[in-house]
Amino acid sequence: MTDVTAGSLAQVAAALRAKQLSSVELTRAVLARVDRAQGALNAFVTVDAEGALAQARSADAALAKGDAPALAGVPIAHKDVIMTAGLPTTCGSRMLANFTAPYDAFVVEGLRNAGTVLIGKTNMDEFAMGSSNETSYFGAVRNPWNTEYVPGGSSGGSAAAVSARLLPGSTGTDTGGSIRQPASLSGICGMKPTYGVCSRYGLVAFASSLDTPGMFARTAEDCGLMLNAMAGHDARDSTSLDRPREDYTRSLVEPLQGLRIGLPAEYFGSGIDPDVAAAIDAALAEFRRLGATTVDITLPNVNLSVPVYYVIAPAEASSNLSRFDGVRYGHRAEKYTDLMDMYKKSRAEGFGAEVKRRILVGTYVLSHGYYDAYYLKAQQVRRLIADDFRHAYERCDVIMGPTAPAPAFRIGAKTDDPVQMYLNDIFTIAGNLTGAPAMSIPCGFDRRGLPIGLQVQANYFDEARILNIAHQFQLATDWHARAPSMDI
Amino acid sequence: MKWEVVIGLETHAQLSTAAKIFSGASTAFGAAPNTQASAVDIALPGVLPVLNRGAVERAIRFGLAVGATISPRSVFARKNYFYPDLPKGYQISQYEIPVVQGGALTIATAEGEKVVRLTRAHLEEDAGKSLHEDFHGMTGIDLNRAGTPLLEIVSEPDMRSSDEAVAYAKQLHALVQWVGICDGNMQEGSFRCDANVSVRPAGTTELGTRCEIKNLNSFRFMQEAIDFEVRRQIELLEDGGRVVQETRLYDPDRHETRSMRSKEDAQDYRYFPDPDLPPLVIDRNWISRIEESMPELPAAMQARFAEQYLLYPEDCTALTVSRATALYFTRTMEELAKVPGVPYSSQGHDATNGKTVANWVINEIGALLNHHQTDIANAPISPQHLAELIAHTDRFKGTVSHKSAKEVLTAMWAGEGGPDAIIAAKGLAQISDTGAIEKIVADVLAANPAIVAEVNAGKEKAFNALVGKVMAASKGKANPAQVNAILKQKLS
Repeated sequence: MTDVTAGSLAQVAAALRAKQLSSVELTRAVLARVDRAQGALNAFVTVDAEGALAQARSADAALAKGDAPALAGVPIAHKDVIMTAGLPTTCGSRMLANFTAPYDAFVVEGLRNAGTVLIGKTNMDEFAMGSSNETSYFGAVRNPWNTEYVPGGSSGGSAAAVSARLLPGSTGTDTGGSIRQPASLSGICGMKPTYGVCSRYGLVAFASSLDTPGMFARTAEDCGLMLNAMAGHDARDSTSLDRPREDYTRSLVEPLQGLRIGLPAEYFGSGIDPDVAAAIDAALAEFRRLGATTVDITLPNVNLSVPVYYVIAPAEASSNLSRFDGVRYGHRAEKYTDLMDMYKKSRAEGFGAEVKRRILVGTYVLSHGYYDAYYLKAQQVRRLIADDFRHAYERCDVIMGPTAPAPAFRIGAKTDDPVQMYLNDIFTIAGNLTGAPAMSIPCGFDRRGLPIGLQVQANYFDEARILNIAHQFQLATDWHARAPSMDI
Repeated sequence: MKWEVVIGLETHAQLSTAAKIFSGASTAFGAAPNTQASAVDIALPGVLPVLNRGAVERAIRFGLAVGATISPRSVFARKNYFYPDLPKGYQISQYEIPVVQGGALTIATAEGEKVVRLTRAHLEEDAGKSLHEDFHGMTGIDLNRAGTPLLEIVSEPDMRSSDEAVAYAKQLHALVQWVGICDGNMQEGSFRCDANVSVRPAGTTELGTRCEIKNLNSFRFMQEAIDFEVRRQIELLEDGGRVVQETRLYDPDRHETRSMRSKEDAQDYRYFPDPDLPPLVIDRNWISRIEESMPELPAAMQARFAEQYLLYPEDCTALTVSRATALYFTRTMEELAKVPGVPYSSQGHDATNGKTVANWVINEIGALLNHHQTDIANAPISPQHLAELIAHTDRFKGTVSHKSAKEVLTAMWAGEGGPDAIIAAKGLAQISDTGAIEKIVADVLAANPAIVAEVNAGKEKAFNALVGKVMAASKGKANPAQVNAILKQKLS
């Protein structure tokens, strides 16, 4: 990497600390790249040049004084479902197109306190509902590897921005795979920590029991550095876990000798793109060379993940999205006859088709007479799936497989078939249902040159172990270092 | 046909926490609209509920007070419906597993004591208020009340008349204040009741179709509304009609209930466990700590007063009408024992002292409270001053007559000082000095030989005339008992 401004997060942090460049210079370079790429990628909803430069100047001052926090001056971006004080937070929806967040989310506070410079807010599927970033009110995001293709979703803007080397790290949220799947399709790292490790305070809720803040970066080390700033207990979120602080980069350098990798039969069946299957096989061979062994395991109920998810997530969403009623903030229809008419018009105009579809499904499954058959049953199966993983971890340390069944698809290819779209998350959803951590790391390309991701899943709170495994893989391979050839 | 009335009550008691149940905003009543609504209360995107343990503690106190089971694990659920004063589009409540299960309340009825069983009590948040009057063609929303903690207390359909329903409501109203979980202010909506009313042919066991009556914000309205509703249902049935299950609203101006919405319009609330709140786990230690801090309950206190002071049951009930009244009584007892010259409890004078103090608290203080339309917590007479005054009466030192003592009490209420100062200032002390009285008697006898002659002739009325003359000569201050005794002695 000759251009230090396009380096990894660890590299730019070090360069800033070594005063090879200033945060203001870096921020200007990043803002220019973001601006140049916007037409091709549509990765950003909001760019805050003024705010970013102000933060860069304070970062430079702190760096000059020598008391700068760990990530001082490092440019990042937040997915636009995460509240950022004073900046629009749209959730990719017309409903909140004019909404300005009055406070910072917990993860925003954490990254701010770590010294990062917030460049802007990234585009996303509306209210994080989608796997292609095509449902955004602000238009589709495009894949930097081929702009005719989707970057994955719902955190597509955050993934595309890091993939295109616009900036070294960004945040995302993962409810059914919304970090890992776009990371896979965009050729970068994306991690979903254990549910409760990063507070959901300030995350606009989609499905509360599944929503997990996480991050995108190009290397495992960068993900660890970001997680160090994003994790922690938060009294404002009752599901936030009060655990001792830890350094998630502490075991990066440990060798993988003796690592037991579980390979679930269910992740290697039919329906997997042959290029993906080949890339995963090659990655597993690499892990064996690094000293790991593989164990065949089975997760008997994991195939029920998608139906279970599409009961629980819409159910919670139908309730969570009730607050968008046009009464206090957000979109309100211009003309209406009475209260009911105002509700109906405001929500009909404010929400897009996919959001409406999920509200309808969620309302249905919670309805009187259907609750037991759908929601309650789904929760029971959810526990069975968690049991499957618990049993599997008696025989292995981590579980690997493809992050997504296929590489990126063309924009528009699946928009008419929601079920095909939902199947993109077939391997990632279980991690949300159980709450355990998981990560996607680049492991190859298909014949068209589109990236392929390997998913590493581990038991609760094993983030450092996952990062160790990913780091060792990245020391041995260069998939993560390959950049799309965009002219920006 | 003879009909039996069946009533169950659902009561919302506002819990007396300083902050709301899921946010840090104040619960104080009467602030300017929307000045006590936090980001959580107005349901901004991304904010989350955090349970106020003070609300849970109050629910536990209630459960202990009614002998209920405290659920070791209860679950908060979302009740989903759209309304402008419900900012999240759902109310956080408890549905399948409430924090308090079972329990009972004993009420006094015309036929004696009766046990009303409780079904459950659960925690939930209040909604805001829609203000339709103040804005022409628009509705104002005040979210100050949104998120205020409520305990919804549900009774079994155990009441058989409006009298019993009111007795239950009053008993519950007193109890929630007694255990310190609710201020009981019905005007401000801190204690609200809905009544489920049905009728059935006497002697049958199947429940009739019920109507739920809302807006019963006073005991009088409750009585009127239930009576109206019972008449309405009986007339309907006797005319061959049938009762439709519905929610009815009481109109206090027209003294009638009217239909608000029928069961057919009932919403599907789509309850499900709130994923933002882990199950509420209450361990034995928490309950034990609260048990230790529980006040003596009214029933126990009534029994103690009856045994310790030999008070009549109705006096025991009157003294435990509120914790403030009971405290006033017991503190006056303590103060009385401190007054020099007054026999105190360890000398076996509990019964005498207790009855005297009970009379003063119930009758004299009670009359003043009634006259001034206030409650005992605001009484301007301290238990110490009342005790000092009681010590001056005939029962003890005999410094003042009963009539004068009441005058002193009125003056104390008016803030004129303590009893000693008022007795001195008004010159109300009785003359109990035998020498002084003997001198007045001698003067009166010398000045009224004719009356003395009548007495000697056996006219009893004449004796009373002499007493009157002596009292007049002493300007009413002579101790009447002593005057009587001395006169008798001199005339015999």
